[in-house]
Amino acid sequence: MSWNDSMIKQAKKIIKMYPQKRSAIGPLLHLAQSKDGYISDDSTAVISELVGITEVQVKSVSTFYSMYKQEPTGKYLLSVCKSISCEINNSKEIIDVVKDFTGLNNNETDENDLFTFEAVECIGACGGAPAMQINYETVEGLSSENTIKLCEWLKKEQPDVIIAEEMQDNFGGTKSFDWAIKDQSGTTGSVPGFQTFNTTKEKK
Amino acid sequence: MKETLLLTKHMRENPEDSHLIDSYEKNGGYETARKTLINGSPENVLEEIKVSNIRGRGGAGFPTGVKWGFLAENEDRYLVINADESEPGTFKDRILLERDPHQLIEGIIITCFAANIENAFIYIRGEYAKPARRVQDAVDQAYQKGYLGKNIFNSEMNLDLVVHLGAGAYICGEETALLNSLEGRRGEPRLKPPYFPAVKGLYMKPTLVNNVETISSVPWIMENTGKEYNKLGVEGSTGTRIFSLSGHVNNPGNYEIEMGSSFGEFVESLGNGIRNNKKVKAYIPGGASAPWFRGDQLDIKMTIDDVANNNSMLGSGAVVMMDEDTNLVNAAKSIVSFFAHESCGQCTPCREGTTWLEMILDRVASGRGRASDIDLLLDVCDNISPGLSWPPKMTTICPLGPSAVSPITSLMNDFREEVESLIPTKVLL
Repeated sequence: MSWNDSMIKQAKKIIKMYPQKRSAIGPLLHLAQSKDGYISDDSTAVISELVGITEVQVKSVSTFYSMYKQEPTGKYLLSVCKSISCEINNSKEIIDVVKDFTGLNNNETDENDLFTFEAVECIGACGGAPAMQINYETVEGLSSENTIKLCEWLKKEQPDVIIAEEMQDNFGGTKSFDWAIKDQSGTTGSVPGFQTFNTTKEKK
Repeated sequence: MKETLLLTKHMRENPEDSHLIDSYEKNGGYETARKTLINGSPENVLEEIKVSNIRGRGGAGFPTGVKWGFLAENEDRYLVINADESEPGTFKDRILLERDPHQLIEGIIITCFAANIENAFIYIRGEYAKPARRVQDAVDQAYQKGYLGKNIFNSEMNLDLVVHLGAGAYICGEETALLNSLEGRRGEPRLKPPYFPAVKGLYMKPTLVNNVETISSVPWIMENTGKEYNKLGVEGSTGTRIFSLSGHVNNPGNYEIEMGSSFGEFVESLGNGIRNNKKVKAYIPGGASAPWFRGDQLDIKMTIDDVANNNSMLGSGAVVMMDEDTNLVNAAKSIVSFFAHESCGQCTPCREGTTWLEMILDRVASGRGRASDIDLLLDVCDNISPGLSWPPKMTTICPLGPSAVSPITSLMNDFREEVESLIPTKVLL
């Protein structure tokens, strides 16, 4: 096994949360992605051993869900929504702006491994359309100008923790609803920032 | 027109800290669960839910009390909260998860008490990382206080609650697909029968699958009685409902209202009208799966039955307004693309059909359509949902395929000229 001890320990903790081992595959795949930025063959093998099913079975699960990436992603996964409420609020423009800035087409990663771009389906930010996520942290009420500024900021500052509130304050506009509470927790990788995967951090 | 705040009251009154346990308890939180567990009985809870006549808020609108009544006897039973909110236009569960997670947890405790369940899961879509963090923090706080775990409120009730993150598959909102996903499998809907997870669900054991908003309503119902809840709204659509309003409106957002007023009234008053004083060309009354209404149908009442009687559905409560300048072919294409992307691939009519619909619509939208394309679109639709009627007939395991048909039949029934105008009348060489 080539996961280190602390990851194996975390994995075993996750497995214990469920009545049946196999249920842990989902979170274990997120954990794997937090390590490599994608689901590597090596991680597939480790998970298959931990859960007690074949590698092909793990692969069949990991290839079903769009958030499990089969190729390495950049440091920042830029997911621009293109579903109906965003579509009728000019999401095409936002998509073009991000494509232009990064020089990427859908599902491509740049050579510096900084950005991966994808146009995605509904992210539940319809009231703040058009919207996008950076490493699954949401920014709502985007304009073309602010989207460029957001991309420039990411490129220049390269923050290690991506925080929705921070991006919303600096680059966002109309919100789906009043977020009200200031929250400084965010994600540390191109995966959802979530306690179970050890991928969330607070900005001090 | 005013909002009636039951589920969104605490977050409105305590905007700074509504997600924290201290704030929740200061405002009477967990008292209802405490009283119910100590003095109440499971039969009493079930009775209150039945009397409230609350119907599921996930989309199908199935009576919650009836669903709970189906739950089969077994040593192992589960509760799974469906927080896989992904229907385009919908963002109402997000606010409940993000702003008032303890209300949901209290609802879960009471539900599990009523159904004698010791293991519960909240399945949150992977893209909802921030809401999921809030819920996980709330769960941890509840464990620390002893509201989850062993011997809750000294009532000898035990309950473990796990927050599970999905990974980007809309289809997992379908309850049997969600259960497969939670079992660590591909999120493919199960062949029915068995029809009800309440009989055979997670690990083929009896399982209640309920929406976030439904279970978040349980504490209010238990505190104020089912009878009081039943007084709100109208017959068949009792209580309040959180509608997600988006599209070309001045004030998009989540609004908690009693069901029964008209869509027009709702948009004019709470939504503050359509942007730039434009007219509504068409609107979606209940999420991307729902057939559209025309701009001259704004007087339809926002109840489950009224919308159904007009051949659409109130679904997830997502209202999307499209103004007179909207390119409806592009709008339909966006929705069809969504379903083509989210088709799980099990059933041929859906997997192939949605993909073909997307390709044909794409060429029509870009001015490369053929005279035969309208009939072709309808023919493909007919293969997915024979007869193109509402409620849709299905050639598929789940309703995802027929959902892709909705925007196309809406276009063809009400806006056919707009489609025809895009198709070149001369043969392109």
